[in-house]
Amino acid sequence: MMNQFIIGLFAAIMVFAPAAARAADAVQMLPVQMLNVSYDPTRELYEKYNAQFAKFWLDKTGQKVTVRQSHGGSGKQARSVIEGLQADVVTLALAYDIDAIASRGGKLLPADWQQKLPHNSAPYTSTIVFLVRKDNPRQIRDWDDLVREGVEVITPNPKSSGAARWSYMAAWGYALKKYGSEEKAQQFVTSLYKNVPVLDAAARASTTTFVQRGIGDVLLSWENEAHLAKSEFGQDQFDIIVPTISVLAEPCVALVEKNTIKRGTQDVARAYLEQLYSKEAQELAASLYYRPSDPEIAAKHANRFAQLALIRIDELGGWDAVQKKHFADGGIFDQIYAQ
Amino acid sequence: MRKFREPSVLPGFGITLGITLSYLSLIVLLPLSGLFVSTAGVSFAEFWATVTSPRVMSAYRISFGASFIAAFINVFFGLIVTWVLVRYKFPGKRIMDAMVDLPFALPTAVAGIALTALYAPQGWVGRYFEPLGIKIAFTPIGITIALIFIGLPFVVRTVQPVLEDMNREYEEAAVSLGATRWQTFCRVILPELTPALMTGFAMALARALGEYGSVIFIAGNMPGVSEIIPLIIITKLEQYDYTGATSIAVVMLLASFLMLFAINLLQSWSRRRRDE
Amino acid sequence: MNNMSSTPIAPPVKHRSPIAGPPWFRLVLITTSVLFIGMLIGLPVAAVFTEALRKGFDAYADSLQGEYAVAAIELTLIVAAIAVPFNLVFGIAASWAITKFEFAGKQLLITLIDLPFSVSPVISGLIYVLLFGANSALGEWLMAHDVQIVFAVPGLVIATIFVTFPFVARELIPLMQEQGTEEEEAAILLGATGWQLFFRVTLPNIKWALLYGVLLCNARAMGEFGAVSVVSGHIKGETNTIPLHVEILYNEYNFVAAFAVASILTLLALLTLLLKTLLESKFSSPTRKH
Repeated sequence: MMNQFIIGLFAAIMVFAPAAARAADAVQMLPVQMLNVSYDPTRELYEKYNAQFAKFWLDKTGQKVTVRQSHGGSGKQARSVIEGLQADVVTLALAYDIDAIASRGGKLLPADWQQKLPHNSAPYTSTIVFLVRKDNPRQIRDWDDLVREGVEVITPNPKSSGAARWSYMAAWGYALKKYGSEEKAQQFVTSLYKNVPVLDAAARASTTTFVQRGIGDVLLSWENEAHLAKSEFGQDQFDIIVPTISVLAEPCVALVEKNTIKRGTQDVARAYLEQLYSKEAQELAASLYYRPSDPEIAAKHANRFAQLALIRIDELGGWDAVQKKHFADGGIFDQIYAQ
Repeated sequence: MRKFREPSVLPGFGITLGITLSYLSLIVLLPLSGLFVSTAGVSFAEFWATVTSPRVMSAYRISFGASFIAAFINVFFGLIVTWVLVRYKFPGKRIMDAMVDLPFALPTAVAGIALTALYAPQGWVGRYFEPLGIKIAFTPIGITIALIFIGLPFVVRTVQPVLEDMNREYEEAAVSLGATRWQTFCRVILPELTPALMTGFAMALARALGEYGSVIFIAGNMPGVSEIIPLIIITKLEQYDYTGATSIAVVMLLASFLMLFAINLLQSWSRRRRDE
Repeated sequence: MNNMSSTPIAPPVKHRSPIAGPPWFRLVLITTSVLFIGMLIGLPVAAVFTEALRKGFDAYADSLQGEYAVAAIELTLIVAAIAVPFNLVFGIAASWAITKFEFAGKQLLITLIDLPFSVSPVISGLIYVLLFGANSALGEWLMAHDVQIVFAVPGLVIATIFVTFPFVARELIPLMQEQGTEEEEAAILLGATGWQLFFRVTLPNIKWALLYGVLLCNARAMGEFGAVSVVSGHIKGETNTIPLHVEILYNEYNFVAAFAVASILTLLALLTLLLKTLLESKFSSPTRKH
């Protein structure tokens, strides 16, 4: 009885293992499926891009391709890939998360993945801007206004959200440039986070807190998310304020080589990433307020994107160093709340 | 086998205990032991430093504090609700009875979002507290409310069958012997219900300690003020700090286990005493 | 319960408990309960439905017919249909062993059965990722043999089984403890076989508790979010259950659809529980235990 029971349990497990059905040696012309594991704000972008790419691939090779999507917090998605989610490509919020896949994921992708594609493997970039209530009642113009007494800032917890890490680094970079020392910069981010009344776990939760719950005077947000929130919740309710200095956020893409080799999808997956740099895809990115990397398209849409000084994360030491210094346990971010 | 169990004429001991133990090991014990394995890599000093760091300590205080308060409130109101459901008749009683289980069914994230919408400063309820200077959402009060929400069914559903089963002759005897209502309740009914109330309390408490989905939206998540233990575990995972995350998980697991075990022992002891 | 009068709002009944108290007392208790349940549970549920119907009934119906919504509903039903029977068999076996026999370590066993209630959903997902994920020995072996457990349906099923593990057993154990073993022992002496004993004697005694345990187990299986979220992989149309789909819709700022999909879970739970209450009161005998 017990044996039967155990056999039954495993039978049930096996029956429902879909991977077993996957033939590795799929003939080229058979329809192909691939999985893009991405972060939260890119749903709309990839929904449209997938249709675009499917057409491109069909015209080029005569093969039908279906791109399946998975979205979630950037770090959580990276962990899933490390633990065996069969992603063909990853398109995440920060290079740090893809680095983690490279270093922890049993050679899923090479350590120099960021050199494999143009522009540091970032087909589009973004930055951090301020979303404020209509007509900017608190007169928020730049980062210094965020540390004023009584201004409430909404931003998620940088320890659990990729976008929040960019926001934090933008504030840090601004203070470092303006006040010239790390001590001053630390004071600056400390007083900024003292003004944060709700520290949500994820970027979209913060947007909801600001927009739906009506809490806070300013939301630190991806540029594209700020535009999206404005169009979703009413143009007449919010204004976007662009600070003088912000961070150049490079959401990166990479091929998960080991998975694609196993599944025989290298060609289509590589083409998927390369096509992100095509004029057509760059146009699409620009229309959704991602800053295109193609200089021509960028020039064409220059009026959509405010000019501001953008700090690169490398100038601040690169993600590895930043992570250890700021977000690791006992790091600068923890010290803000230690007193 | 004979040694560790008392003889019985009933069949099926071997097979049912066999199924129980195998299934329990496969589904619960083996996977949980993975937690211990993944903390085995660190020295005890490191483990201790992780689980007693100031930020984690304050999260324990918040998690345990809010969970205890929520469980106490649940025991108090849960008892009233159960009493009303079992002893009284009124219109809408069946709907109310069915509603008690909804916290089990509603996805925790949905519950969290709905509660936040209600208790936020502009929400249906929150707007009446805002002028009084009381903030509910994004404070430990909000956490407690979410935990009351998820814990209530545990109390009601453990007390209900016992109360329904209770022999009313004792109460009647007590009253006819001149006891007041309050005396009868305290001396006759409450002792009978205590084991069930304790189980309900323990389960509501244990569940509250681990709850994440419904709390995270309403908590505000300020480190040291409204940051709960499960969130600490999540943020550790976000830093790819698996051993840190599992270390704290192990502490919580042991705490829950000891608490449940103590309550179960206490309960079986009180049942034996009652039967004698 | 059956010695109550059928007239509403608690007038004196012919044989009620002596401590039921005067009408004002009952009224206070009933009002307290109704307010408590209403505030704590009724309001959030009302909020869910208000949000779901904010843009009218058509928008509500539309959001339940989307491709991904349908896939999520199907997946949820599959997961529950596998997880619940497993826990049903286990629950009956465990409560039989625990309540009909005396053996050493019983309290320990009961506590271990309770344990999944207290494990944080975050952790209950994580343990399966640690066990079956690509970085464990077992996971590597499975990978090599092309068997996908986590980030596929089997992982969802196992995580759901874990989370709903104690429900049936927890429901049955206290009841069967109260009922004792006399009836079964008598049946054995009269020559009943084990199966006859179970189906003719035990099952009728525990049927309501059993049904109830299954309903709760099912409701929780369908509504589980945290653990499932960790093992799902969130592949649209493939590994998203209803609660995960709700989260996605919510994160897409599609609040109406999010709450509409959430409301069907609420509705489903409410209906089954109401049905159970009605059935129970219709068919139960005066001597029923629960």
